[in-house]
Amino acid sequence: MAGAHFILRALLLAAATVAAAQAAAPLPDIPKGRGEKCVEDTALMRTNHMEFILHQRDETMHKGIRTSKHSLKECIDCHAVKGDDGLPVSVESPRHFCSVCHRYAAVSVDCFQCHNSKPESK
Amino acid sequence: MEQNDNNIDQYRRRFLERSTAVLAGGVLAPGVFLHAIAQARPVDEAVSGKVRWGMLIDSNKCKTGCDKCVKACETENGLNRTGNPLTDAQWIRKVSLKDKQTGRTASLPLLCQHCAEPPCVDVCPTGASFKRADGIVLVDKHICIGCRYCMMACPYKARSFVHEDVTDQKSYAPRGKGTVESCTFCVHRVDKGESPACVSACEEKAMVFGDMNDPQSELSQLLREVQSTEIRGDLALNLGVRYQGI
Amino acid sequence: MKYPVCREIRGNSPAYITLLLILGALIAAGLGAALYMEHEGHHVTGMTNQIVWGTPHVFAVFLIVAASGALNVASISSVFGKVVYKPLAPLSGLLAVALLVGGLVVLVLDLGHPDRLIVAMTHYNFKSIFAWNIFLYNGFIAVVAVYLWLLMERKMNAYSKMAGMVAFVWRLILTTGTGSIFGFLVARQFYDEAIMAPLFIVMSFSFGLAMFILVLFVAFWGSERPLGEVIVDRMRRLLSLFVLSVLFFVAIFHLTNLYATEHHGIEAFILRDGGIYTQMFWFGYVIIGSLLPLALLNLPGGARAELVAVSAGLVVVGGLAMMYVIIIGGQAFPLVIFPGYEVSSTFADGVVNAYKPSLPEFLLGLGGVAFALAIVAFAVKILRFLPLSLADQDVDPHFKANPAAAAAATRA
Repeated sequence: MAGAHFILRALLLAAATVAAAQAAAPLPDIPKGRGEKCVEDTALMRTNHMEFILHQRDETMHKGIRTSKHSLKECIDCHAVKGDDGLPVSVESPRHFCSVCHRYAAVSVDCFQCHNSKPESK
Repeated sequence: MEQNDNNIDQYRRRFLERSTAVLAGGVLAPGVFLHAIAQARPVDEAVSGKVRWGMLIDSNKCKTGCDKCVKACETENGLNRTGNPLTDAQWIRKVSLKDKQTGRTASLPLLCQHCAEPPCVDVCPTGASFKRADGIVLVDKHICIGCRYCMMACPYKARSFVHEDVTDQKSYAPRGKGTVESCTFCVHRVDKGESPACVSACEEKAMVFGDMNDPQSELSQLLREVQSTEIRGDLALNLGVRYQGI
Repeated sequence: MKYPVCREIRGNSPAYITLLLILGALIAAGLGAALYMEHEGHHVTGMTNQIVWGTPHVFAVFLIVAASGALNVASISSVFGKVVYKPLAPLSGLLAVALLVGGLVVLVLDLGHPDRLIVAMTHYNFKSIFAWNIFLYNGFIAVVAVYLWLLMERKMNAYSKMAGMVAFVWRLILTTGTGSIFGFLVARQFYDEAIMAPLFIVMSFSFGLAMFILVLFVAFWGSERPLGEVIVDRMRRLLSLFVLSVLFFVAIFHLTNLYATEHHGIEAFILRDGGIYTQMFWFGYVIIGSLLPLALLNLPGGARAELVAVSAGLVVVGGLAMMYVIIIGGQAFPLVIFPGYEVSSTFADGVVNAYKPSLPEFLLGLGGVAFALAIVAFAVKILRFLPLSLADQDVDPHFKANPAAAAAATRA
């Protein structure tokens, strides 16, 4: 029983440490997109944007459905962040809309090996 | 997800319904009337097998030394040259031919032939190489693992492997290192009701693009009239691209 | 019959440590090469849009083919009931799995997207022989693993014959699949042949046995266990037969092609005008990899382990040369798109495709071989794969009944 107690305490201590670390890390400062609001609720977007993009990806790729609501191109266009030179930054920059959160959460983005992370230069 | 699937772009659909209804002169269920305007498929409607995109290329009209179609393709799809022709992507290339027996010469652009029975689709282990319902053969780069078996299988060497990092891609033509790619018939243009860039660029009008399944299309009428051949027709792949003059 | 006694090797000699260090260095070099290729893209290799499969594939396909062949010794014991081979069965199964893993690692690390291995495991196109092979390879490892367990767990030994049968059939299908990767390429002049599947099967017999002989002999010499003449002689005769079989299939392959005018171009290229590919074929495969080992194996005076080992080494060299000719030579010859025409373009139409193997490709391939051997070297130290003795009286229960063999044993 003493052993179980010890393990429980250790777990609690670990959880507290993690929580403290999370509190210590500054939350990402998310750049504002163009227009009034996003195509979906912000909360829904935060948790499900990858699902929307993934779904749209297959629709467009295989069925030729080119609606703009959940298209990656539209995300990139609305959420472009300008750099010091006044031009949109690429995903390489920590200021890029996708990078801000993805770096914070340490989740790699696989989209931009093929897709352009900046709005197309006209 | 189900709910989201259903209300995808509802406002757009409503707009289309209304505007097309004006054209059609009555309110019809979506999907019934939309085929009437064959070329301008609505953005939210899936491609169908009722259409088969194809091309007729007249090598008699194709000028030796002219590579406007090749250049147009490179510009349209953002195929930047790195200076190494052995590893650079070529979705369309000009080929010079000389008959070994008779000495007759010919010149033609060679691109993905958009086979009805594509060997590249057969061999692809993951299904990344696929044929759209309207006959356009594409690579789904999201699931391409870069094994290059399709390149071994293609009878026309129509496919290229991306050997280096690519940046500043066109938004409608994503491409990246480690995946295989080939001519898409400029699918982004076709979906808007336009012709592929190479066809638009050809001043000799040597390339005609259209719906092979629509008997009224310019392409179908031409194909009925003139004698045309398939390259490596012995393989019986039922090609989407046919040639005159070879 | 008595059970063969298999024991771990001690594995603490300087030679063993050195072997592991060398293999480790080769594996590290191979991984480094793979990282470099993935980071830079394939333009740093010799591979191009014309030669799409290069040196890594030569090594990978060789290893995969040899893997199924390495299982033969176990199959002869379990399926065909030859008692003499029974003590060798565990090593045979181990080597088969190790070679396959080595080959697959090379194949996967050469992909444009090795990071998407999970995609290859979750998206299947069942018309693709490549997709079937992914099943066959994974299944082979599982089947042989079960077979090894049944062989090595004495309580379960009775079931090993059945498992051996399954493994044997599986390996035949597997090599058929590997050969068909090439055989199903309808548009390629050098590949589109049904004979590719049986050719790959006989090649697997030969290359797999050669690898097995090398590993077995080196392990026995290294661990100073007795290796009798009965086994050496069996290996000698078997390898000789397999090398001859491959020669026969290769001859039929080319004769069939030579009969059809359509294929004269590719045949003239491989057999006469192909430069490096012609040399690889005649000197690499035919002379060094076949005729020379055949001569050494059939020298008068019976079986000598050293000669058998040298012959096996030559067969391996010849096998790699043959793979080079098939995989790279077959792509180097210009694809015939317009029969009857002279062709030219900016995309290397109508010209022999240049290919220069690059160092990273070579290191990746070699790393795969090293990885396979390292698995074996490590496994024989921790598990009971190697028989304590292959001396004649231990492998052949009727040994004394044969005066000729007895005399041979005394000589040894």
